[in-house]
Amino acid sequence: MTAPETQGAPPPVPAAPEHLQGRGAWFKRLPVVHQVRQSVGLQRGMLVTGLVLCAVFVVTAVGARWIAPYGWSQLRTPEGAFGAQQPPSAEHWFGTTVGGYDVLSRVVWGAQTALLVVIVAVTASIVVGVLLGLVSGYFGGWADRVLVLVADAVYAFPSLLLAILLAIVISGGQSSMWGGVLAAALSITVVFVPQYFRVVRAEVVRIKGEAFVDAARVLGTPHRRIMTRHVLRNSVRTLPLIVTLNASEGILTLAGLGFLGFGIEPTAAAEWGYDLQRAVADVTSGIWWTALFPGLAIVLAAMGMTLVGESLNDLADPRLRVRSRSRKVAGAVAATSVDAGSDADAGTTGPSKEES
Amino acid sequence: MRFLLIIPTVFILVTTVFVLMRATGDPITAALGGRLTPDQLAERIQAAGYDRPILVQYWEYLSGILTGDFGTTISDNRPVTEVLTTYGAATLELSTYAVLVALVLGVPFGMIAAYRRDLLPDAVLRVLAILAYATPVFFAGLLLKLIFSVWLGWFPVAGRVSTAGEIEMRKAGADSGFMVVDALATGDPAVLLDVLSHAVLPSLALGLLTAGVFLRLVRTNMISTLGTEFVVSARSRGVKERRLVTAHAWRPALIPIITVAGMQIAMLLVGAVLTETTFEWRGLGFQLSEYLQARDFVAVQGIVVVMAVIVAVTNFLVDVIAALVDPRVRY
Repeated sequence: MTAPETQGAPPPVPAAPEHLQGRGAWFKRLPVVHQVRQSVGLQRGMLVTGLVLCAVFVVTAVGARWIAPYGWSQLRTPEGAFGAQQPPSAEHWFGTTVGGYDVLSRVVWGAQTALLVVIVAVTASIVVGVLLGLVSGYFGGWADRVLVLVADAVYAFPSLLLAILLAIVISGGQSSMWGGVLAAALSITVVFVPQYFRVVRAEVVRIKGEAFVDAARVLGTPHRRIMTRHVLRNSVRTLPLIVTLNASEGILTLAGLGFLGFGIEPTAAAEWGYDLQRAVADVTSGIWWTALFPGLAIVLAAMGMTLVGESLNDLADPRLRVRSRSRKVAGAVAATSVDAGSDADAGTTGPSKEES
Repeated sequence: MRFLLIIPTVFILVTTVFVLMRATGDPITAALGGRLTPDQLAERIQAAGYDRPILVQYWEYLSGILTGDFGTTISDNRPVTEVLTTYGAATLELSTYAVLVALVLGVPFGMIAAYRRDLLPDAVLRVLAILAYATPVFFAGLLLKLIFSVWLGWFPVAGRVSTAGEIEMRKAGADSGFMVVDALATGDPAVLLDVLSHAVLPSLALGLLTAGVFLRLVRTNMISTLGTEFVVSARSRGVKERRLVTAHAWRPALIPIITVAGMQIAMLLVGAVLTETTFEWRGLGFQLSEYLQARDFVAVQGIVVVMAVIVAVTNFLVDVIAALVDPRVRY
């Protein structure tokens, strides 16, 4: 989650061919920088656009208190109340809502809520999913079988419906800012855990059979050390892809929850889905600004992350990767083929499977 | 034998929903707490049997589901089964239109994108597909509504049929729940037109979302089959490019497409819930959000369980069909 945004700088200009530079500077081998350098043409365009959108989203979220002209639940200034459903004007660039809030401020603060939820949800699901996948895949046995069955069942569960049930359980539907953020994030976490579990477990089961694991075992290495040093490090290479795709799905699920009335109360924090729900009636009477701006915010944030995820996905899949013809040198190919092998199993059903 | 797994899967789903819904307490307090006195509440809880041991209730719930009994809603006191049959047809109708829209748009454009890979048409189509994925279906719905019904006035704002059309249907005694069938039964082309114009925007909103997924699916799988040797050999034998794509490469690409498309049923149902809420399309999803507002968790539980089971069974059937169609897949 954090890696793609912090590396949002424009791609470095490729200097000498890669094979002449040896292993290159350390920053060129960082996850996203490496992919930006590796990509060409359309793929690079998509990746960079995605990174820029993500960077804008993160900057807006972090700097909300300086960017937003008003508070998210502010109804008046010392000069007087904002008034309800005012069209865009100099004081309120995006107009005001039916509840009398400033739309621009709610859109900006909404980025903060969305970012918090996504960070908590993705972090929690990685920790839980990877741990479960590692232990379950490594030791096997009946517990593993049961976990696989449960994970498959939960994976097939319509995600928004599951999130609704969990939101009811966790918060009874509505709550304060942190309560609401945590409730929404945990609801989304449960939806995501099976995805990490499945991917990590499959990799662990595959790597467990490799000779170097046997060698370590013969040498008397304890299970714990084999699991962390030998197996885990080799099983998590595909995770960045899932993280970016999950981040966008998390934003959409949060918005869906808010739209169905299971979001965060407007006084506790700004949330785009809730604002859209309140805008349904406005649209019927031709008031467009209350729906358009929060909706666009969702689209841009989700689109940025999807673009990054899709591009990383294509770059990791040798069948979909585009190579620059002028740089088709043996050294360059050897350097890229490092991540290619790990995706052999993901390729059989097509990359879209992860995004359902 | 792998197919027997559908039984534990459904069992896990049903149990998960039960546990989650009961973790909050009994549904009567959730729905009516604060509105009734504690004595009245206790009386209602006892009458509904929610004061008995949880395992007894769980057993009753399981056996109820097996006999098609999902309980009775609290807010409007109807059997959940009746709610499901009344509104299920509307959701099925909407989903069918959406899949039709998605097939018409997603498949041909996916083929074009794959054939013109990395050229301008592919670039445009891929960005559009990502846009379709990143746009929440309710936002797309609101925009369509704003432009085509409020500003241009081409289509009705919400609902499935106008009041006049509904009266016509009543007269004709048509109540299958499928509006198009009912409209045909009245024999009045005006009613049919009315019903269809109500369906255009919701179907487009949900269909566009699904079309994006289909497009990417078709594109990825077509790219892999277009790169295989038999396509190259067909091309060298002089098979026309058009036929190469639509006949030679399409068939083998179809199996993974069917498998993954079948898995999209979950996305389609979730999309239907949100679309129905946006357009007041009175189907299961619309009812679900109404019951959520009313905090009627018996009804919510019933609808969610049925949707989850539909998804699980569909995925299972897709697996079976894939195994039957593809000689390479064997369990």
